[in-house]
Amino acid sequence: MFRKEDVHSRSNVKSSVQRTLKTKLVSQFPKLEEVIDELVPKKSHVELIKCEDKIQLYAVDGEVCFFQKFDELIPTLKLVHKFPEAFPTVQVDRGAIKFVLSGANIMCPGLTSPGAQLPEAPGLEKDALVIVKAENKESALAVGRLLMSTEDIKSINKGHGVEMIHHLGDPLWTFSVE
Amino acid sequence: MSLRTVIYCGVCSFPPEFCEFTGKLKRCKVWLLENHPEKYQSLYGDAEVEDAAAKLAGSSIGEEREEKLEKDLLKLQSKQENREQRELAKKLSSKVIIKREARTKRKTMVAIAGLEVFEIDMKKLAKTFASKFATGCSVSKNAEKKEEIIIQGDVADEAETYIQKLLEEKGLKEVKVEQMDMKKKKKPTTTTPTPAA
Ligand SMILES: [Zn+2]
Repeated sequence: MFRKEDVHSRSNVKSSVQRTLKTKLVSQFPKLEEVIDELVPKKSHVELIKCEDKIQLYAVDGEVCFFQKFDELIPTLKLVHKFPEAFPTVQVDRGAIKFVLSGANIMCPGLTSPGAQLPEAPGLEKDALVIVKAENKESALAVGRLLMSTEDIKSINKGHGVEMIHHLGDPLWTFSVE
Repeated sequence: MSLRTVIYCGVCSFPPEFCEFTGKLKRCKVWLLENHPEKYQSLYGDAEVEDAAAKLAGSSIGEEREEKLEKDLLKLQSKQENREQRELAKKLSSKVIIKREARTKRKTMVAIAGLEVFEIDMKKLAKTFASKFATGCSVSKNAEKKEEIIIQGDVADEAETYIQKLLEEKGLKEVKVEQMDMKKKKKPTTTTPTPAA
């Protein structure tokens, strides 16, 4: 969804707007509250990078930490890796890793097999933002959106379960702010 | 609670536990062993001694699928290595040309061509040169429609040193950097026309 050629403009984010963004991040992911001032320190340099298709990236001291297309803020993996506890999580089995890394949506069986893991009931609603971890791996490898509720994924166990938004190795991952 | 620091692989940029999926595993391992030996130990430490069976025990996807995955990853790796070798050969066989050209009696400019093969960001380099040499520096297309860096001033030697350092950092020390003097033609000393060679 993002390519580095698509950058339209870059501008600095005023500290008042920074505060609004931080509040918004915390309201979306409440557990971020305890670390938000570490993630976006008071004196940090926040840059807004506007891209094609109304995608907006936010870089904190030169590292893209989150982005937004519509209203919702979406964390990048760089941010997720710093504080994974804050985000709803699903886990794929080892066999699904290479598909995730190629940018494919995640099929339900890859989320329900023995190596996979989904939150316990009542679970997560459809459209929830999730980070994707993998069997025997510590770090998240993707950020996606549920195409079905996690309970439906368990019971139906067919078709696409998670829409891919961002994964290790995609243009957003390799994008560097200079 | 505070933030975690994740190591990112200097070769493939992924967290090292995902290096096996990038096809660059051989080089990734070398990097990790050099830069984070403890992490190397925890990821690959006993893999050399133990066999595939131990690895399988930790995986849920079954022997057959694991074998296939392993095969796929090996295939990916050799593909990637072949590609890298081809690219390296191409790089090593190209050269950078630095032309020094007199504009007026006292003014000289330098044109640098052939950088595009080496994945050097020319715009960025032009900016670096502009501030390093406190002079005008830009990127423009030459007659062959290839991009060139044009620097105002007689800084060919300094530019050469800098580019050589840059190539060395990329492990491309052997690449030739050639200087050419394009002296402004004085009145020809001979009247013989150059034979068409
Ligand atoms: Zn690697």
